[in-house]
Amino acid sequence: MINREYFYQGLKSLISSRSPAIALACSFIALGALFNNAGFNLQQSAASSFFTYALPGQLVMTESFLAGASLINIFLSVWLVNFRLYPMTVALVPILKHRSQPRWKYYLSCHLIAVSSWLIMKESYKRIDQKYRLDFWFGIGCGTLSAAIISTSLGYWISDYLTKEMMIGLAIVNPVYFLCMMISAMNNIKTIIAVSTGALLGPVFYLASPEWSILIAGIVGGSIAFFIKGKKNGSI
Amino acid sequence: MDLSSNLILVIVVTSIATFASRFLGILTAENISDKSKLFDWFNYVAYSILAALIARMIIFPAGSLLESTLLIRLTVILICIAVFIYSNKNLVLPTILSFFLLTFLSDVY
Repeated sequence: MINREYFYQGLKSLISSRSPAIALACSFIALGALFNNAGFNLQQSAASSFFTYALPGQLVMTESFLAGASLINIFLSVWLVNFRLYPMTVALVPILKHRSQPRWKYYLSCHLIAVSSWLIMKESYKRIDQKYRLDFWFGIGCGTLSAAIISTSLGYWISDYLTKEMMIGLAIVNPVYFLCMMISAMNNIKTIIAVSTGALLGPVFYLASPEWSILIAGIVGGSIAFFIKGKKNGSI
Repeated sequence: MDLSSNLILVIVVTSIATFASRFLGILTAENISDKSKLFDWFNYVAYSILAALIARMIIFPAGSLLESTLLIRLTVILICIAVFIYSNKNLVLPTILSFFLLTFLSDVY
């Protein structure tokens, strides 16, 4: 079913010097504390991280719930804020594909896609035999998903001990981690253009439309990078 | 409807809305090869979206980060990037440092 050797290899990326576990833990501890303050119980908090497993969507859910939004409104705002997962999935699945892998594994594996696991996979897939990439991915994904659920519960328990300053500190860890991962990924001119135009246009478009800014900035920035002539791989 | 069962519905709806994008991605990717132009386009769009998201999180944050100033956030981030580069791209050091640094600075100011 799942190749154990590659699964463990993927799982091990959580204890490397490039581990996403710390950033993930910090942001989900903060989320757990937020859930506690919002009146969720522990089971609901853990279930939310298990079944949704996408931080921005869970934040939007909590805000909308507290504001008394209708279910259809919650659905639409979560869908919009988590839509980034769509291009991320399309940009990931083709590198995991192998004819020897059964179809159900792909359907299950897509639940494990999140920014942290995606960035790690994009960084390491080339050194993994294509036949076993899906198993390696399950290792990374199960590790990061478990870390998210455990951290949500931990944050729920310790929420009384977290000061306002600590909550602010926890919130910066994820952006710092993502930013460092992005800097490492910028090893060719096209990715450099995609990343820098996105980073520039995102906040600019935000002034015009907070809801759509990220998607539109990404589509514009990605298309510019796509059409510019340059080497896809290797150094600049 | 009482609050608790309403909350469960909210969690279910959120999960469906999130899984929809992932599942749609799987369906789209079914006939896309990793050597095709379309794959390249999605790849750059994905990177660009993430970059836009990170920039937005730092410049126009939501939640707790709103209580820190942009200047302090940028200072912490620049120090952490410097640590990242000088530690031979170690990620554990800058992430842990960022937490302590911003917690400390928020306490002082």
